[in-house]
Amino acid sequence: MKKPNITAVKAVIWLLASIPIARLFWLGFNNDLGANPIEFVEHSTGLWALIFLLLSLTMTPTRLLTGQVWHIQVRRLIGLWMFFYATLHVVTYVWLDFNFLFDVMIDDVLEHPRILVGFAAFLLTIPLAATSNQYMMKKLKSKWKALHKTVYLVAILAVVHFLLLVKKDLTEPLYYTAVLLILFGIRIYYKHKKKPVMNTAQ
Amino acid sequence: MIIVDKSKQNPSEIQPSEITSKAVFDNRRQFIKVAASSGLIAGAALMSLKAKAAKIVGGVTSGDARLVGPGNAPSQPFKALKKGEIYNPRQKLKGVKKTAYGEDLKIDTYKNITTYNNYYEFGTSKSDPAVQARTFQPQPWTISIEGEVKKTKTIGIEDLMKLAPLEERIYRMRCVEAWSMVIPWVGIPLASIIKWAEPTGNAKYVEFVTANDRESMPGVTTPLLDWPYTEGLRMDEAMNPLALIAVGLYGELLPNQNGAPARLVVPWKYGFKGGKSIVKIRFVEKQTQTTWMKSGPSEYGYYANVNPKVSHPRWTQSSERPIGGGLFGGRIKTKMFNGYESEVGHLYAGMDLENNF
Repeated sequence: MKKPNITAVKAVIWLLASIPIARLFWLGFNNDLGANPIEFVEHSTGLWALIFLLLSLTMTPTRLLTGQVWHIQVRRLIGLWMFFYATLHVVTYVWLDFNFLFDVMIDDVLEHPRILVGFAAFLLTIPLAATSNQYMMKKLKSKWKALHKTVYLVAILAVVHFLLLVKKDLTEPLYYTAVLLILFGIRIYYKHKKKPVMNTAQ
Repeated sequence: MIIVDKSKQNPSEIQPSEITSKAVFDNRRQFIKVAASSGLIAGAALMSLKAKAAKIVGGVTSGDARLVGPGNAPSQPFKALKKGEIYNPRQKLKGVKKTAYGEDLKIDTYKNITTYNNYYEFGTSKSDPAVQARTFQPQPWTISIEGEVKKTKTIGIEDLMKLAPLEERIYRMRCVEAWSMVIPWVGIPLASIIKWAEPTGNAKYVEFVTANDRESMPGVTTPLLDWPYTEGLRMDEAMNPLALIAVGLYGELLPNQNGAPARLVVPWKYGFKGGKSIVKIRFVEKQTQTTWMKSGPSEYGYYANVNPKVSHPRWTQSSERPIGGGLFGGRIKTKMFNGYESEVGHLYAGMDLENNF
């Protein structure tokens, strides 16, 4: 396969990734966010953060499955969009939902595993976003890779956060859990696959 | 015909004679028009009898019950469906008495009340019921009265609406998911139905069993909850004047997604206590397991009283988000018993509400 123009691919990602936020603004200005607009924004930004998180985790499995490597170059961009939506998600919670009532919020975080798990996931993404540039990569060297492995933990916390939110019908969060498990499964499969087999496959 | 009580007095202080005269006055033209063909003049006269009977229904002797029982009321509060006709809730209910309940509250829009619903029989998303319940037919409808009663019986929805004068009551509704609405219900006090049902001395609790129709309710085909959705109240809770069987909304018939044709409204409890589309009212001696108790015993209790001090594992209960506040509406503090403490607090005197959540 011919290597695509990365700049063009990145431009397309920028365009597509800004659709969810543009849609929220559009619906917001048209007063069309439903009966519970705060919940709508909270759920929408949370869901898109999770989608971008899962997308960033598909990079290695697709490399393993296809042998292609060019797309790894867009992983950082996708990861940063994840951080963008996750930040909006948290800002919605802190500002729109709790209106900076920190005492109430702290109770909420401590009393409800769902919030605690979500909050932990967000905190763990901050160092990842902060070290996502070339400078930090060079500076941290081998530690960088180890640090960025926490993304797996973030992903687990994120789906658990979603599963805990739902009162009864787990269907939707289970779809995302299944995707995550498949992505993990592919990695584990290739990790344990004997080297020679991998070589002949290539 | 909506009878407005402009004097803002307590609903129980309205004189029946006052209601009747105003009703007749407001609707004289209409009455005269139809009277010739249907002999409704006699009906209009009967209205005063009915109103008087409803007033004294609290005392209930069987003699009074005869007056308010089905078949004696002068006119239908709504237009019955013709064969093949699809239910349309957008028709004004006749004879709705305004009350002082919640008259100072800001009512949520019809759109919000009818498009943001938890009614799992019609899907688990809040927007599902408004769409999925469209084909549900709440008429004709009968409710059966069973268990510890003098005599098992059934009642049609049109007769149920005549057990007591229809009242508009504006109530707060606090969902366990930490949002709230202000809803103008139309209904009759649950107590008036209970008195008509004539429970025996053994009746200590009332159970409400709701519709479980596989044909029209897509949700019940999955074992998400233990269908039919069942709720319950202690007898004294059920007899509390606040407890309402709602048959209408915004002065009109109840939309399907809000629990047509009749649903329970107990505003001091979390919204899930309000069983929708009731098919059976059963009087029992022992406390029964409700649907949500079976589903999550650590999360949902029998009482489910709104209580900001008892936390829920998923949602904070100390504050709530009022629906209709928009993006920047924020939260308000949740009140004990959802602000109805003076009306219902005595029911739980001496009870440990932490354990009896």
